[in-house]
Amino acid sequence: MRIAGHRLSLAAQIGLLVVVANILAALLAPWIAPYTQTQQVGGVWLAPGEGGFLLGTDQLGRDMLSRMLYGARTSIGIALTCTILSFTLGSVLGFLAAVVGGWLDQILSRIVDTLMAIPVLILALLVLSALGASIPVLIGVIAILDSTRVFRLSRAVGMDIAVMEYVEAARLRGEGLWWIIRREILPNALPPLIAEFGLRFCFAFLLISSLSFLGLGVQPPFADWGGMVRDNAQAMEFGIVAPLIPAAAIGILTIGVNLVVDWMLGLQGRTMEDSR
Amino acid sequence: MSDAPTAAGGPAAAKDDAPLLTMRGLRVEATGWDGSPIVIVVDVDLELQRGQVLGLIGESGAGKSTIALAAMGYTRGGARITGGEILFDGLNIRELPFHTRRRLRGDRIAYVAQSAAASFNPAKRLMDQIVESPVLHGVMSEAEARERALDLFHRLQVPDPETFGLRYPHQVSGGQLQRAMTAMAMVCCPDVLILDEPTTALDVTTQIEVLAAVRDVLRDFGTAGLYITHDLAVVAQISDRIMVLQHGRKVEEGEARQILEEPREAYTRDLVAARRFHVKPGEGESTTPNPLLQVEGVEASYGAVRVLHGVDVEVHPRETVAVVGESGSGKSTLARVVTGLLPPGSGTVRFEGEALPPALAGRSRDQLRRIQMIYQMPDVALNPRHRVFDTLARPLQFYRGLRGTALREAVHALLDDIEMGGDYARRFPGELSGGQKQRVCIARALAAEPDLIICDEPTSALDQLVAEAILKLLQRLQDERGLAYLFITHDLGLVKAIADRVVVMKNGEVVQQGPKKQVFTPPAHPYTELLLASVPEMRVDWLDDVLRTRAGKELAER
Repeated sequence: MRIAGHRLSLAAQIGLLVVVANILAALLAPWIAPYTQTQQVGGVWLAPGEGGFLLGTDQLGRDMLSRMLYGARTSIGIALTCTILSFTLGSVLGFLAAVVGGWLDQILSRIVDTLMAIPVLILALLVLSALGASIPVLIGVIAILDSTRVFRLSRAVGMDIAVMEYVEAARLRGEGLWWIIRREILPNALPPLIAEFGLRFCFAFLLISSLSFLGLGVQPPFADWGGMVRDNAQAMEFGIVAPLIPAAAIGILTIGVNLVVDWMLGLQGRTMEDSR
Repeated sequence: MSDAPTAAGGPAAAKDDAPLLTMRGLRVEATGWDGSPIVIVVDVDLELQRGQVLGLIGESGAGKSTIALAAMGYTRGGARITGGEILFDGLNIRELPFHTRRRLRGDRIAYVAQSAAASFNPAKRLMDQIVESPVLHGVMSEAEARERALDLFHRLQVPDPETFGLRYPHQVSGGQLQRAMTAMAMVCCPDVLILDEPTTALDVTTQIEVLAAVRDVLRDFGTAGLYITHDLAVVAQISDRIMVLQHGRKVEEGEARQILEEPREAYTRDLVAARRFHVKPGEGESTTPNPLLQVEGVEASYGAVRVLHGVDVEVHPRETVAVVGESGSGKSTLARVVTGLLPPGSGTVRFEGEALPPALAGRSRDQLRRIQMIYQMPDVALNPRHRVFDTLARPLQFYRGLRGTALREAVHALLDDIEMGGDYARRFPGELSGGQKQRVCIARALAAEPDLIICDEPTSALDQLVAEAILKLLQRLQDERGLAYLFITHDLGLVKAIADRVVVMKNGEVVQQGPKKQVFTPPAHPYTELLLASVPEMRVDWLDDVLRTRAGKELAER
């Protein structure tokens, strides 16, 4: 298999397959799910296949498959929104710090240092218990916390680029800050940022799952994978597979995204060699 | 240095007639990442006698480093020796097992790299790094190695040879580090020393000293050498024979004197001529009373370090003012002050009599437009993600508000002006050669329709013939458009060719300035004279003559 003239390794093919399947599931959930996410349709904790339920039922007798599909919609949707927000915030501020430097860089960097000094999960737990666990708050908190990492990367990459003579030439021409960031720096910083996007998506996705598992993420009755693990956790004691299904889904998507990122990083290495 | 001429040829030469190193039909290939083979060196024959120095000369990509490294049975990453025979002292290098071949390296064939700074471990003392290889190879004990290194320090004339080895690489100058690296290569008493552009990164005045030191050491020990460089004048001082290479093939080989004085091939004749070109008579009488640019009493510093001390420079319309000096003389800082990147601590920069705001942010778009800049490294002066069209279109849009068809036509006109043609508009910088990139940089400056272009060593990263073409282009543009150039360079040969007026800088001060004729006519300022005398000339005996003159002067002063 080839994409844009590049041969795909087996790992990359698997990764792409996983990512595409998950995105399709999230997009098409309302149309392909046999039931809604709240409908109680059968006995409690039916095993996969039993009573015609492909993935069985959960602790309230809801169809597991339908909840997994809707859960993909929620978990992936929130994680993606968080990542896009954190990238917008983090990269704009990071490039700004790199290009302007001086006191602006100092202030932004110290704020980021402070935020990064506190463990993300604990800070998120604190803020969510104080403000209440609604989805907008959840997205805002994760986006801001995640943007610190993006800031660091963008600043580092941006500083390498900002000293290039083509940036100096743009400054000598009289170009504004925004133009320099958007046209001179961003296109050259894009490759590492795209790779980082995949990784940050994984972190955001895992963080949301963890928060939901702890009861501070997505609130019932809405399905999300982390919450589904928690809801069905007690089933483990009875040897029932229900909690393992969302847990496996979390694991598979994380690995799939990582495989795609690895492939893209390899691609960059080659195109960089190529352009020399 | 007095014993140098008598030892010429080397003591070992008489003993053995068989060449020390022989290559027959050498072929080196690399694999592109798409799997296609790239041929780097084709069918090169080479013979090196004991105690002889062979100069390998050619432009970048000619394969000179590849050939020299192949003598060690080594190729750079991705490349392979795919054909030919390499015999070193009767040993067939290509058939030797890996560990035997490795033993030869450093022990009997040693290598001196271009960038000494990148070749030393910054965390270890020089002496510890120099004695590492003989001890590791079991050639001599550490005490013997130290003694030998000390002897080499004396011969290479490093300052304070007794304590030199105790220093760390950052504590010595570039020229000293290059000598330390020569000592490191010579400490095992190799039969062949490979020198890969050892003086290219050095200032002219330092280059002479290193060149003389290296030559004497080679002669004293009868060591054979492969000397790689792109500078014919430099290689002529040290080599017995010269091999001229182009695109991985041998063009011509002969005695150094024959190559310089009676080159047979057209390509060699071009190389010899490139050093001798003259573009401009340089009358130096400025035709207009009103200077375009006036730099008055400028002092500038980076943090607490003062780099410029009261610099005054004037540039008149339509003239080329060359600013010369060695690295650290403040010539690039002067450019940063003029462009506004570095606001001066005191003093003013005037343009057509009007004081320019010191900082970039305070200057109007029109003030910015009229002073443009061309850089030394065209690779980093062009945004690799912008097509040539975008690079050239932006200043046209920005300063002149061109759009649509007018914009496209203006870009094509610019490309025609730099002799490249509209087809290049769609290319990315990665798809251009070094000279083409520099042409695009020139076109970007022209797009602004400036009065003054600051050229910061625009040709020093380019090959000789490409550099010559760029200079001719700059000259033509000046004649056609009445441009003034502030031309920063360390190359006095270049200054002689292109300048109307010359500013000589040293340690952030102007030591001499005036019309070219006046500056270069004796008696010049002593520093100017030193710089002038250090420019390698295209004749075999130049180095000997310079050293003799200097020795004579020193005697006279005593």
